[in-house]
Amino acid sequence: MLEFDDIQHILLTRAPALAARYEFLSFRDAASARAWVSAIKETIHSAASMRAGLDSDKRWVTVAFTWNGLRALGLDEASLASFPEEFKQGMAARAQMLGDTGLNAPEHWIGGLASPDLHAIVILFARDAAEHERCVSEHGKLISACPGVEVLSVLNLHALPPYGYAHEHFGYRDRLSEPVIEGNGDELRPGAGEPLKPGEFIIGYPDEYGVIATSPQPEILARNGSFMAYRRLEEHVGKFRDFLRQHGESAQEQELIAAKLMGRWRSGAPLVLAPEKDDPALGADMQRNNDFAYKEMDPHGYAVPLGSHIRRMNPRDTAHNMNRRRMLRRGAPYGPPLPEGAPDDGAERGIAAFIICASLIRQFEFAQNVWINDPNFNDLGNERDPIIGAHDGTLEYKIPKRPIRRKIVGLPAFTTVKGGAYFFLPGLKALGYLASLNAQG
Amino acid sequence: MSSESKAQDWSKPAAMAIPKGGYFQDKVEQGRYGPIFPKTPACYGFSILAKVIPGREEIFYKYAKDIEKTIAEQPEALAVLQLHYLRWVLFPIKGDSYFMYQGIFDTDFDKYTEDAVTLFGITGLRTVFENLEGFPMDWQTNPAAFVKFVRDHQCPSFLEYAEYPYVSATEVKKALALKAAFSSMLDQMQ
Repeated sequence: MLEFDDIQHILLTRAPALAARYEFLSFRDAASARAWVSAIKETIHSAASMRAGLDSDKRWVTVAFTWNGLRALGLDEASLASFPEEFKQGMAARAQMLGDTGLNAPEHWIGGLASPDLHAIVILFARDAAEHERCVSEHGKLISACPGVEVLSVLNLHALPPYGYAHEHFGYRDRLSEPVIEGNGDELRPGAGEPLKPGEFIIGYPDEYGVIATSPQPEILARNGSFMAYRRLEEHVGKFRDFLRQHGESAQEQELIAAKLMGRWRSGAPLVLAPEKDDPALGADMQRNNDFAYKEMDPHGYAVPLGSHIRRMNPRDTAHNMNRRRMLRRGAPYGPPLPEGAPDDGAERGIAAFIICASLIRQFEFAQNVWINDPNFNDLGNERDPIIGAHDGTLEYKIPKRPIRRKIVGLPAFTTVKGGAYFFLPGLKALGYLASLNAQG
Repeated sequence: MSSESKAQDWSKPAAMAIPKGGYFQDKVEQGRYGPIFPKTPACYGFSILAKVIPGREEIFYKYAKDIEKTIAEQPEALAVLQLHYLRWVLFPIKGDSYFMYQGIFDTDFDKYTEDAVTLFGITGLRTVFENLEGFPMDWQTNPAAFVKFVRDHQCPSFLEYAEYPYVSATEVKKALALKAAFSSMLDQMQ
């Protein structure tokens, strides 16, 4: 049975937010930091309280810490040592393996995210802009009352119009394929596969092998928490649209190129089910838009290219041990939308997302290292994920087609990593423990 | 980031001398569990050497039969490792038995470490590794410890050669399938 009243809401629920704010914090003084944790804890929804107040509540808060942050709070060395190695090192230290090289490298990251001074994140999801504003002001007051807590940087996020469905700046419909957690009461939609054991996402529960994680220590930290990889990914919308125009003569052809990069039409309709022509009704139908696989339905990639984004991020029935590689994704687009037809205005826009999993090395880092950035994924030889892979213009993209495939050479980078970090997302009791570290002596 | 494949010509045999320690110091690639041994004309590979716990030799011969049976029943059992060849060797040094496990494959071991660890449990490879001195008994829940054992006992090559360099097993299988398809086509034309 999941302890819904101890699990931070972000792990199990999705807030109906139109605005968000991430604040990245540094702790200069342990006592002040603990006072901040103690106060902010009162504003955090558990999964249980989030569901109970869903109709009336207007804001949802999440707090998580870097390894340096846990040290700054005063966690003892034995406990610090019990965390996984990749979390201790942090995302910036693992940049080469993650593919965060060239313009994606930590030396170019903004907001202090590559700095060892990054200690915590507080995530606000607000129902509307007015509530966003109110919460920012409230948190500003709390920070002022905690002189040892410094705001390194902030990121404000707003849903992109039209508001009826989730999508990002390139125009693709989002949130179509989410793992389902056993015992969470999620609706099992066609194509979602069997529910996964909670231990794949939440520490303290059996995972797909029946193993219950025993770290971090003490035990209170190994209950109802998780790990979270943050990625701030700038999307180069102008460059993306130029690319579509360059490789597709008609609007229809351009849509097809966009679909071939993703594996879905921008409407969300999967190419496996709609290979020739977009089907917006299919794209919007959550009972149908995820109901497909590859092994029998598209083994050679004639519909969904073997290197396309969705085929890499979720190879479905064409990869081994898929259940050990799934991740939860939360987050939202940031930056102003670029109107269709407008030249790129140079403003930063993109997606700022959290990838949540019980093991960063087995889940997030595997996806990043193998699925996204291995040039030889699916024996492709010279490709990376066309949307979020690390590109320097030397790689290609192959679109299987009869009689002869289409090969696009010199694929540009449509995205750039602007920052990232690894966080530990404690359960609420664990958060209380961290807030009272000094008192325990 | 540039692809190695551009410079790789399968029709031209190639050899590569590898520095002491197994890495080219100026271009060590990092994997999730540490530095990755370089790809050579003979693809990726490992040679793991370890001492057998005295008196356990017979287990290795029984295990060979087990693996033979496993693969006969499930030919795809080792597919995730993207292998060309595996060789298991027992040899004596000063009266003690040593075990060598040598593999040639198309992906660096690090990429699929957790899958490999799982696989070893399923296929019975565990039996044989557990009879090696220093093998971590908690390996099933501790992939990092498994990887450390493999790395500690890896003896990197100092020279590798390939008659058809850098060709993946998939490419070989595709070529054979193509040959078979052409043969079939010619039969149909008679």
